[in-house]
Amino acid sequence: MSFVPGSSPVQAVPGMLVRFAAPVRKLPASVLISLLILGTVAFVTVTARLILPFEFDQMDLRARLAPPWPLDGSTLIHPLGTDKLGRDVFSRLLIATQTSILLALLGTVIGATLGTFLGFVAAHFGKWVDEAISTIVDFQAAMPWFIIALAVLAFMGNSMAVFLLLMGLYGWERYARITRGLVLAAREEGYARAVHALGGKPRTIYLRHVLPNILSPLIVQLTINFPETILFETSLSFLGLGIRPPMTSLGQMLGEGRDYMITAWWLAVIPGTVIFLTTLSMSIFGDWLRTRFDPSLQD
Amino acid sequence: MTLTYVGWKLLRAVITMWLVVTFVFFVLRLTGDPVSQLLPDDVDQNTVDFYRKLWGLDKPILVQYWNYFIALFQGDFGISFKDNQDALERVLSRLPKTILLGSTALSFALIFGIPLGIVAALKKNTGFDRFVMGLAVFGFSMPNFFLGILLILLFSLQLRVLPSSGSDTWLHLIMPVLTLGTAFGAKVARHTRSTMVDVLNRPYMRTASSKGAGTLRQLYLHAFPNAAIPVVTLIGLQVGELIGWAVVTENVFAWPGIGRLLTFSVASRDLAVVQCILMMIALTMVMSNLLVDLLYGWMDPRVRVGAGREAVQ
Repeated sequence: MSFVPGSSPVQAVPGMLVRFAAPVRKLPASVLISLLILGTVAFVTVTARLILPFEFDQMDLRARLAPPWPLDGSTLIHPLGTDKLGRDVFSRLLIATQTSILLALLGTVIGATLGTFLGFVAAHFGKWVDEAISTIVDFQAAMPWFIIALAVLAFMGNSMAVFLLLMGLYGWERYARITRGLVLAAREEGYARAVHALGGKPRTIYLRHVLPNILSPLIVQLTINFPETILFETSLSFLGLGIRPPMTSLGQMLGEGRDYMITAWWLAVIPGTVIFLTTLSMSIFGDWLRTRFDPSLQD
Repeated sequence: MTLTYVGWKLLRAVITMWLVVTFVFFVLRLTGDPVSQLLPDDVDQNTVDFYRKLWGLDKPILVQYWNYFIALFQGDFGISFKDNQDALERVLSRLPKTILLGSTALSFALIFGIPLGIVAALKKNTGFDRFVMGLAVFGFSMPNFFLGILLILLFSLQLRVLPSSGSDTWLHLIMPVLTLGTAFGAKVARHTRSTMVDVLNRPYMRTASSKGAGTLRQLYLHAFPNAAIPVVTLIGLQVGELIGWAVVTENVFAWPGIGRLLTFSVASRDLAVVQCILMMIALTMVMSNLLVDLLYGWMDPRVRVGAGREAVQ
């Protein structure tokens, strides 16, 4: 597979560009740039395996620690240089981005689904069910999850299943809290009572009527949670306690590159920059989305 | 502040601690025989039997659970299998360094975050406001391990003015504090700004202004006390995150505190030390939450009358 320089998701779909051109022009430049970065990251996540020039673990011991272009001694074969084992940094970066983003997505989706579901359950059943769920929510909010995760990794040992579970359980309590509050408020509103009076089952009321109405705060929470989940994974992997070789993630690359700061600073700086740009873009986009959904914040 | 309010908050603190202890107890038991977990692998069967009897692991699970509680209350967290040192002693010896780092970073974040947030709110929608808020977004989007590495590259490897690891002098403190405090300071600045903007738009500020109070008087007597409450909430909510970040920061700079000990202990599965640190962090969290709750009661008359935290948000 060869990588075509300059191809980006926007150029790849000109039809979409035309259709969205009008609203896009109204976006602030910072949001536009953020969306471009996020689009590129999404593109890489989907196509990493197709565009990588080398296998990400293919070693070439004669070409170790080559610098990235355009530094002295760089080659265009390895545009971002090579690492301690002569592996192509660009290829590793693609796979690492894919791994980190997919893990963060999976973790966010699990957390959001679980939290929203338990929020509905707490609001619907009330009484002791509500009390029990609220107690767990308070407990989770009271303890730093990063520390709990470290402890669980120590107790249970590091395996992919445990790691995924920890990522999925990160932040679920916030969705639960928001959903519970919103559902309780929505139930008192006219539309929910009307559907109930018409004989709508609880499931229909919640999924078809209440959920769409409370969706926007949940989406905003999603944009806050997603970059934090990325940081959660990359921090653990950076410490050598998350994704470990032979697999790679942005945090794992950064952790490895840290040992070569004197001779090959780019090994740490390149994956670090990708993490930073992704979380920054997500924050800017999330901020913009929040002010769109809640006009009272526009000041 | 009513006695009931304080009583409820204390009860909740105790319940949270109880949940943490229960969580640790059952997760430890779930993962297999604690004897094989807490003892090194190469001990013979006689020793295992001896410890099983000594730790009462031949008794029913509820009795064990009770004994576990008693042991924790007596400060007995087990023995670190690294050097057979008492786990609690090992953790306590690292505590001062972490407290030094944490409190300096917290002060740094507040000293910069709060004034910048206030000035940004007063100069709303000016260039200064946009600059500070732009900086804040950069600040809290920056993963702190990456910020630490960039600082080392710049100040230790390029300029050679600051040491990259250790904790011997105050120079060693600068980069870890920047690394740990920046994101927190950015969040504080942003939150202070939005709270101040909100407070400045309230009717009581117009009243203060129309009765002829000077700008400083308006700020000190009317704006700050009202804006302080949400900012204290944020600080309380963020303590947990600060602890998490401290673990990473200590690792980047080889800072010999609890965070570094925790990472080492997790990697080598030194469970006695891990559970001891976990309990200590839980206690810190519970105490800081309690402190925030009590601070509320003292700062906010609505809570003093008994409305609770919800009324404030």
